[in-house]
Amino acid sequence: MTEQATQAGSGTPMVEMRGVNKWYGDFHVLRDIDFEVRRGERIVICGPSGSGKSTLIRCINHLEEHQSGEIVVGGIPLTQDVKRIEQIRRNVGMVFQHFNLFPHLTVLENCCLSPMWVQKKPRREAEEQAMRYLERVRIAEQARKYPGQLSGGQQQRVAIARSLCMHPEVMLFDEPTSALDPEMIKEVLDVMVELAKEGMTMLCVTHEMGFAKTVADRVIFMDQGQIIEENAPEPFFNDPQSERTQLFLSQILGH
Amino acid sequence: MTIQHKMIAPRPAPRSTVGPLAWLRANLFSGPVNSFFTLLGLYLLYLLLTPTIQWAFLNADWIGTTRDDCSREGACWVFVSARFTQFIYGLYPRGEIWRVDVTFVTFAALIAWLALPRLPYKRWVAVAVLVVFPVFAYFMLYGGHFGLPLVETHRWGGLMLTLVLAVVGMVGALPIGILLALGRRSQMPIVKSFCVVFIEFWRGVPLITVLFMASVMLPLFMPTGVSVDRLIRAFIGITLFQSAYMAEVIRGGLQAIPRGQEEAAAALGMSYWMRMGLIVLPQALKMMIPGIVNTFISLFKDTTLVMIIGLFDLLGIVQAALSDSRWLGFSLEGYVFAAFMFWIFCFSMSRYSQYLERKLHTGHKR
Repeated sequence: MTEQATQAGSGTPMVEMRGVNKWYGDFHVLRDIDFEVRRGERIVICGPSGSGKSTLIRCINHLEEHQSGEIVVGGIPLTQDVKRIEQIRRNVGMVFQHFNLFPHLTVLENCCLSPMWVQKKPRREAEEQAMRYLERVRIAEQARKYPGQLSGGQQQRVAIARSLCMHPEVMLFDEPTSALDPEMIKEVLDVMVELAKEGMTMLCVTHEMGFAKTVADRVIFMDQGQIIEENAPEPFFNDPQSERTQLFLSQILGH
Repeated sequence: MTIQHKMIAPRPAPRSTVGPLAWLRANLFSGPVNSFFTLLGLYLLYLLLTPTIQWAFLNADWIGTTRDDCSREGACWVFVSARFTQFIYGLYPRGEIWRVDVTFVTFAALIAWLALPRLPYKRWVAVAVLVVFPVFAYFMLYGGHFGLPLVETHRWGGLMLTLVLAVVGMVGALPIGILLALGRRSQMPIVKSFCVVFIEFWRGVPLITVLFMASVMLPLFMPTGVSVDRLIRAFIGITLFQSAYMAEVIRGGLQAIPRGQEEAAAALGMSYWMRMGLIVLPQALKMMIPGIVNTFISLFKDTTLVMIIGLFDLLGIVQAALSDSRWLGFSLEGYVFAAFMFWIFCFSMSRYSQYLERKLHTGHKR
């Protein structure tokens, strides 16, 4: 945990976005995004593809650059400064759609690499910690294997453990189950639900509406780069206000 | 509806599809046309190999000291054995040859340490090869300190010179090539344009021109009284030339690594150099082993071009020996010997790269 984050206390927002805009060339992907995530909150972001939801969470750890507006993560304003970006990234875990495990390293090495190089932990300590997290995602017995030898669901659980090894205060999930076979989705969602129960601040871009209903504090619906609707899951699913939300929900829940 | 209650146990494959006879039938005699070409191939091989073996081995003369010891029916390897020391060490003083031996045995031992799996402390050995060994080799080969007499570089030659040039070129070209490749992908415009111009310049010029320029033009630009050793000039020319090729090989490898790899590393808080050094380059270099070894092999063979600036590498010294009036007419033996030596080194590099590729494969396809 960084110093600023500790001082910030639990009442302050973990992630703040104010008037954030982003363009890809001429294409306006994020339009006047305003929202904040408090500590311990679980947010699910949904919306049709191309609505900018992945871009939104990728701006939080500066994998994408926003052109205007302000992003503050754990009390640290996000600027062009490389040192500051790295400081924020150490505090923000991310899980990708395609897992992005390092194929040339074993599962254990995947989990130890960043603690050892970024946080300068001794190898033994990093390995013990990695094993604890691998046990938590129930995959410790595969620690010596390479990612290529694991199934998609197993790889995604390793990716979650790898992020947790950095002790992030926020976890970003970018469609974590979209690339998985149906029978593997549950094992990943189970891990995410557990993580939510432990009080992790989470932002999840996902189409798993069951997950949203059980764990989310708030659901955000995005379309064409805008936040259209933002509400607690119960009213969001039972009584959506906007027409576009209603249409979207009827399409994905309708069958 | 069908339900299978009994589990089916595995059975061995039919006899006719396994074993050497089945292999012969499937691959060499699968039909009349294939059988015909197999037999024709064997006949051509017989026509080609019989005279070669007779010339090189059966009728060859191995023992002796002068040309009179050769019957001239086959190869006269006496020429090679009489000149062997010179082919290997050039004009290096005979009394100091042990220094070359010690240097190359040390180098071979260090490389073997790196090449063989299971041996510990690889990182330290790698540091020794890259940092300590060059200094050691300089004092051993060039001398002038610690009571070792100085041996001018114009006395270096033969296989020893070829190896020195090749090793310096490889050790220098790989890191420079990596930096150039990274620079060419950089988002900083000045770094990027410098790397592009550098790579395109060196790739656009033949090595022979580079060596000419290094030996003829460089001294013109030097202040009077300052002279750079001819060998050093060859080192610089070869290293810069090959690093441009290396950079393009490595850039190809870098481009094949999915963007998600760097993103994942960045999301874990790693700095640029950690992302490159720990995640992207190890994967890219692994993929680029064939390309890198290919560049190494061509570098090894290109060292023969130093002949034109008056350095006598293996091929150069063989050619010089051919013009010796006592040994006129043995050029075939000389060239076969030189070709064989080059082939040994290049073939070993090629085999090792294949072994390395298999070893580093960790079950992912890419």
